[in-house]
Formats: sequence, structure tokens, C-alpha cells
Amino acid sequence: MITAERKPLEELIEYVRPFKRILLLGCNECVTVCAAGGRKEVGLLASGLHMALLKSGSTIEIREHTLERQCDPEYVEELVPMIDGVDAIMSMACGCGVQELARRFKGKPVFPAVNTKFMGASERQGVWAERCQGCGDCLLGKTGGICPIARCAKQLMNGPCGGSTGGHCEIGDDVDCAWALIWERLKELGQEERFVEIMPAKDWRPGGGSGPRKIIREDLAE
Amino acid sequence: MDTFEPVIVAFCCHYCAYTAADMAGSQRLTYPSNVKIIRVPCSSKVDALHIVKAFEMGADGVYVAGCLEGDCHFKNGNTRAARMVDYVQKYMDEIGIERERLEMVMMSAGMGYRFAQVATEITEKIRKLGPSSIHAAICRQHVDTCAVVVE
Repeated sequence: MITAERKPLEELIEYVRPFKRILLLGCNECVTVCAAGGRKEVGLLASGLHMALLKSGSTIEIREHTLERQCDPEYVEELVPMIDGVDAIMSMACGCGVQELARRFKGKPVFPAVNTKFMGASERQGVWAERCQGCGDCLLGKTGGICPIARCAKQLMNGPCGGSTGGHCEIGDDVDCAWALIWERLKELGQEERFVEIMPAKDWRPGGGSGPRKIIREDLAE
Repeated sequence: MDTFEPVIVAFCCHYCAYTAADMAGSQRLTYPSNVKIIRVPCSSKVDALHIVKAFEMGADGVYVAGCLEGDCHFKNGNTRAARMVDYVQKYMDEIGIERERLEMVMMSAGMGYRFAQVATEITEKIRKLGPSSIHAAICRQHVDTCAVVVE
């Protein structure tokens, strides 16, 4: 999923302060799962903004709504009847959702309420960790299902660096060395020979090195 | 401010604090009527949103009362509730409400005396802190109907 974290309240207050009525918009997808921008977080933020502004003597009307998905135009379209009644939109979706709103509602200021972080998985309740950087040329089949691009601080392609100690990365004891994990996993699979295969220098063009990326499925595209 | 009577919301677990409140009543123990009890099936049922909404509506203090550590009817609901209270306290710092206005307390169903004591202590603490800034702001907007004297 795409993970996110709410921005500091102070920053958000400055965004909304000039307006009288805003639409605070959540998303039912990734940001709901990582507890950053779902219906509940919309309620919490609306309440927090309302109180913080009330303290400083100003009031604001915050209309709350949560879309099934903010990154799809079909769902964004359902906002049309609500848009005229508000001065600005604050989105709790990832950067994709915020940009979709800005594209659809050109006359309305749109503000992000969260910082979009990374593509990750849930390690345990309340903990999410980066697992994929969307490099566009997945090599998990060669590395025992563990990604050295997303999980090695140096994105090394051929084994660990000298900073790997006891299975941990030199950047912190709470960070696993991706190549130590890969070695352990290959051993479990009986595929140790994969470890000595030399991987060529990675082509970063599919990973965004040649500009913004796009997928066109000709059978589906209209 | 001497006449200030705080509004305090107490979310009480059915299996401990709520029964302790009942016990306090049976023992003819008195506690301040400022405390408004909301019964919940477990302290972990209380959401951050419930607490924040209570403050938004003008509560001067809120506390969540769960079972003693290790005694939760649902295994670990009370420790989860305590973590949620910590989280909301940090959010209160951001909003600008004193974190002392929110507390997690633990007790067993037999502790009627402790329930009355906790209710009294928290009421006194909040009374000393005065009206919450949100309560005061609401009163500034509704001077004619609000009981709190706003300076």
C-alpha cells in the first residue's frame, strides 16, 4: 500500500486559515489502512482544526467526506455537487489523490493534509515499512523475494557492504541488512548459487530515470 | 473562577470502573457530580475521536478508566487504551489543550473507594486548571447561555 503520515497541525492550520468553508476529504484505500487519512482520521483532523482555530478566535466550517478512492476520476466526480459550497479542499489522500482533485477542480485551492511516504507493508499492528520503490524492473525472483532496492540503504545489487554487522545495517540496529536477509532466504530455499551470480549495473530508466512514467493498456484505454 | 464547575467525561469499562462506580454508590461514597460517566464494553472501545469530540463539545477534562494491568476482560484492551490516551495527549499538545486534562486510570470492579477518590482528585485537578481553552472559547460565542465565567 501507499503509506502516509499526517502533517503537523500547525502547517495545516496555516493552509485553511484564510477560508470560511473547507471540504476535508479522506480516502478509503491505502491511507485508511495505514491510519493516516481514512474516515476516522478525517473526523480527528476536523475536530483538531476546529478547536485550534476556535482558540485563536476564528471559526471555520469543515465539511467531512471520504471517497472510496481519490485517485480515480470516476469517484472524484461524485464531489461535483459539494464543490460549489466550499472555498477550498484539504485532502487526506496520498499525493495521487491530491493531484487528481487539483486536475478536476481547477478553480479550487487544494491542500495536502498528509505527507506521502512510501510503498510498504505492515510489519505488525501500527508499524509499516518500506518494501518497494517501483523500480519498474522487478528482481525479487533473483533475490529470494527480498528487495535490495527498497531495503538496502545503498541499493547494492551484489551482496552486502562492509557496514553489515550481525544482520543489521550500519545506519541503525533497527534496520535489517537486506543482503543478510537475502542470503538467509536463499539458504532456506537451497538456492545459495544465486548469491554468487553477478548482477549487471541496473538500468534505472524504467524506475523513473527517463521522466514521469505511464502505463497504457491498449485493450482498456479509450 | 471560584465558582467554576468543570465538566468531566469519564469513559468507564463495564467490567471494572463502571461496576466500581456502582460499588461506590452501594457504599454510600460520594464523588463530584461533575463527572459524567459513559459506560463502554472495554476501555479499548474508546476511540481517539470520542475523546477529541468530548473536548470539542466543551469538556474540561476526560478520563478513561480501565481494568488493572493484566486483568482486562479482553486480554489487553486496557494497555491498548493507555497507548491511545498517550497518542491523544500528543495531539492535544498540537491543538493547544493541556495534556493534564486527559488521563488513563486503572481500577478493579471492587474498588468503589478508589473510584470515588479518582473522581474527586481529577475534579479538583481540573478545577485548578480552570475551564479548557475550548470551553472558554465556546462560552465567548454563547455568553448568554454558558455557565462558565469568561474573563
